[in-house]
Amino acid sequence: MKIWRCQQCGYEYDEAQGWPEDGIAPGTPWEDVPDDWSCPDCGAAKSDFDMVLVAA
Amino acid sequence: MTTTTWRDGKRSLWPLGLLVPTLPFMAWGLVAATGQGLFWWWGPFFAFALLPLLDTFVGADRGNPPEDAVPLLEQDRYYRWCTYLYLPLQYVSLVLACWLWTAGDLSGPDKLGLALTIGVVGGIAINTAHELGHKKDEHERWLAKVALAQTGYGHFFLEHNRGHHVRVATPEDPASSRLGESFWAFLPRTVVGSLRSAWELQKSASAREGRSLWSVRNDVLNAWAMTLVLWAVLLGVFGVAVLPYLVVQAVFGFSLLEAVNYLEHYGLLRQRTGDRYERTAPRHSWNSNNTASNVLLYHLQRHSDHHANPTRRYQSLRHMDEAPQLPSGYGTMIVLAYVTPLWRRVMDPRVVAHYGGDVTRANLHPSKRAAYLARYAPAVLEDAA
Repeated sequence: MKIWRCQQCGYEYDEAQGWPEDGIAPGTPWEDVPDDWSCPDCGAAKSDFDMVLVAA
Repeated sequence: MTTTTWRDGKRSLWPLGLLVPTLPFMAWGLVAATGQGLFWWWGPFFAFALLPLLDTFVGADRGNPPEDAVPLLEQDRYYRWCTYLYLPLQYVSLVLACWLWTAGDLSGPDKLGLALTIGVVGGIAINTAHELGHKKDEHERWLAKVALAQTGYGHFFLEHNRGHHVRVATPEDPASSRLGESFWAFLPRTVVGSLRSAWELQKSASAREGRSLWSVRNDVLNAWAMTLVLWAVLLGVFGVAVLPYLVVQAVFGFSLLEAVNYLEHYGLLRQRTGDRYERTAPRHSWNSNNTASNVLLYHLQRHSDHHANPTRRYQSLRHMDEAPQLPSGYGTMIVLAYVTPLWRRVMDPRVVAHYGGDVTRANLHPSKRAAYLARYAPAVLEDAA
């Protein structure tokens, strides 16, 4: 499971946790997060906004 | 439309943004040509009179690049140079002003006018820094800090990206103005609040990285250090006589930026969903398609798309139909912001209309809450009846 950080605001998406609020189940890998999903904290788009790998 | 047929209609216009850092040179030339010292006030005249006129006569442009043209548009380095070149011109102007302040030919009012003209350059340099500071390229982020050094607003870089972009259009954001809040009430709140926020953000970043707060990696301190060095050099070369003008231009410059902050999200509110705020959406920023001010401000007025895609370069920012529109460009709106009754007359009804007459859904200034509820509640009842 990996953690991805929003370069814009520092929000971290943890694959182990997912983001159930948006229907993204725990354990969802980054590739399977929908392209139109955006950062829950700052609204930056996934496509526009590279999330960088912070932990593996 | 395909990539091969689409052409950026504004492409040749973007270098016009470089007119701003040459305003002090224009002022100097105009004074020399006419003998009128009034032209030292050319900067504020340009921003608050000429730009609104230009916006009125040049009109608006709603054109967007087609999505398949964006990758090439983003890579085209020509657009970057239009922003990079602002910096050398900005600092040549500042040095020129220091020389003029101390050369002995200018009267008191002339010197003040020149300080405000330099303040316009420094204030709009914060916009250039804003464009550069959002990019992933380390060099561009470094240039952002250099552009901020003139006004001592280096902490903006950190606060804007990590603070404002997260808290935008909520009561917790010092840089989002509230319905009923005058610019003059907003100004101290945003200046102090943003400073505090920057420091808090740096504190948690340092803690997360396991570093001391008092290190060169502190992005607030290293940005301020640039101001310290810059001002020290200017004071060393031109003497302490330039200090009051440096202070005036810095305060006027960052207040100009805060006037822009004031009008970008006035009254707009993200609703709460559970223990979080709803996501930032196009409806949470005021926009303007006025061509003249958009060219001079690198599309900052296409603000909704900027919040949705903060790393997107200025040339690719899009007009969005669902975004609320300002009645004019920033130049005009800043003048309105300075005159509270005018601002309220123009903007309050727009905020109320944006929320379908329900002011409780707006970001209401606490001290004005009762007055606004009393004022706008009857309208809702009448509409309903």
